[in-house]
Amino acid sequence: MIRLVVPKRPFPRPTPETQAYWDACKEHKLTLQRCLNCEGQPAYFYPRPFCPTCLSRNIESFEASGKGTLHTYIIAHRGAPGFQDDVPYVIAVVELEEGPRMMSNIVDVEPTPENLPVDLPLEVTWEDLEREARDGTTEKIGLPLFRPARGGS
Amino acid sequence: MSSPLRMASAIVGAAETEELGVIPDKSATQLHADAAIRAMEDAGVTNSDVDAVLTAGSPTQIAEYLGIQPTYIDGTSVGGCSFMLHVAHAAAALATGRCNVALITHGQSGRSRVGEGGRFGGGSTPSAQFEDSYGTWGAPSRFTVPFVRHMHEYGTTEEQLASVAVAQRQWATKNPRAMMRDPIEIQDVLDSRTICWPFHLFECCLVTDGGGALIMVAADRAKDFPKKPVYVMGMGESVEMTMISQMQDFTSSRAFVTSGREAFKMAEIKHSDVDHIMIYDAFAHLPIFAMEDLGFRKKGEAAPWFAEMKSAPGGELPVNTNGGGLSYTHTGMYGMFAIQESVRQLRGEAAAQVDDVTISLAHGVGGMFFAAGTLILTNDPSA
Ligand SMILES: [Zn+2]
Repeated sequence: MIRLVVPKRPFPRPTPETQAYWDACKEHKLTLQRCLNCEGQPAYFYPRPFCPTCLSRNIESFEASGKGTLHTYIIAHRGAPGFQDDVPYVIAVVELEEGPRMMSNIVDVEPTPENLPVDLPLEVTWEDLEREARDGTTEKIGLPLFRPARGGS
Repeated sequence: MSSPLRMASAIVGAAETEELGVIPDKSATQLHADAAIRAMEDAGVTNSDVDAVLTAGSPTQIAEYLGIQPTYIDGTSVGGCSFMLHVAHAAAALATGRCNVALITHGQSGRSRVGEGGRFGGGSTPSAQFEDSYGTWGAPSRFTVPFVRHMHEYGTTEEQLASVAVAQRQWATKNPRAMMRDPIEIQDVLDSRTICWPFHLFECCLVTDGGGALIMVAADRAKDFPKKPVYVMGMGESVEMTMISQMQDFTSSRAFVTSGREAFKMAEIKHSDVDHIMIYDAFAHLPIFAMEDLGFRKKGEAAPWFAEMKSAPGGELPVNTNGGGLSYTHTGMYGMFAIQESVRQLRGEAAAQVDDVTISLAHGVGGMFFAAGTLILTNDPSA
């Protein structure tokens, strides 16, 4: 019998430009990149081997603090394939302390508008994803999620 | 100096598919063809007259299917506003002699999925890597994400959002071709199923089958065709990003601002000259964003304006007079239907005809705030 298994979360497939980001995620390190050419060395996201502002290739990766704020969000009452049992859940844009913004889920909190005021302080937390690769080995990746900050900012 | 494209071209044929809504007996390609043939009939031309084919997807397939040997093709596909861009690109091609009669088509089996390609891209695009893993499931879970920030910064309310759907339903009650025609109140919208808070079912567009097509020629030939010509006064287009999380300002679309600014610059008109507006409304916040980003209302002032029913029948500035994507139809790439309603209003043949429409603006969005196209159209040849 063929069983169709829908993995809960689609497994991100890195490209050469994003491999280092996803490798760091495996070790629960959230990385950003910054431009060493632009004034103030602004951080940016998502990973690219050049600065999206000035196009300089003089950039470096660094570990982000994992702190951020809730910039905007929705509370999904209909789930994506594999997420149907998780509704309602929060799809959010997190503004990282370093400036860039990224999509994530807000976890460890009852998803209501009252619990989720805009600009709520957040901190990163991790979910490990696994799947079987074509050669039978197990592939792993870490996915950065966020939860309300537990003090000590 | 005026743009050489200002008033250089005109829409002389316009038609939608004979049916709209649920059309399980026609493939997507046939919906293109049905609309295209009806637009050619409307303009009094045939496939041997058409020498330019513009469509979002495969102009090759449309040309082959309709027996057209084009000298100019354009497959620009940036989502539902693609047809605004096609009108703009056809205007340039007609003005520079690349073609004489341009056909722009749309057909989509959005509901019945007959003869459509795969629905999900997947793979390793940026959005597949950095958004899909978070449980997004298409437009309702991503297009809606910016709005809470707008609520936070401008005090925009859930009731104001709902009022956009109510105003448009008032227009739809006058339109026999609209899918949703029962009058609704704010509370009905708020009581409809929550899809992605703060959005309810009635604040999300329909999913339908259908199509539309346009015929364009150079303005100096426009009077040789049977219908009242609709001249292209101004046009703009732009893009911003491919991931909603990377929108620069969640209360304002850079693509809208850029596209709208260019269209007004070319048209050489003031906002108060515009008599009628069509705004692609995949979700109820889009008319709010567009009225602000196009410069009709200051930031934070569009939502109260909609709540006062200023866009509804009898209001000061009619918006989305066919009922829009929320109540009329929404095949997936609705922009074509916004242009069709602008043309109908300018010809004086709309189901809910507004008095004295001389200038109409049609604004489209592509993807989820990813792209935009703006057209300013007029029926006044001396404009
Ligand atoms: Zn730089």
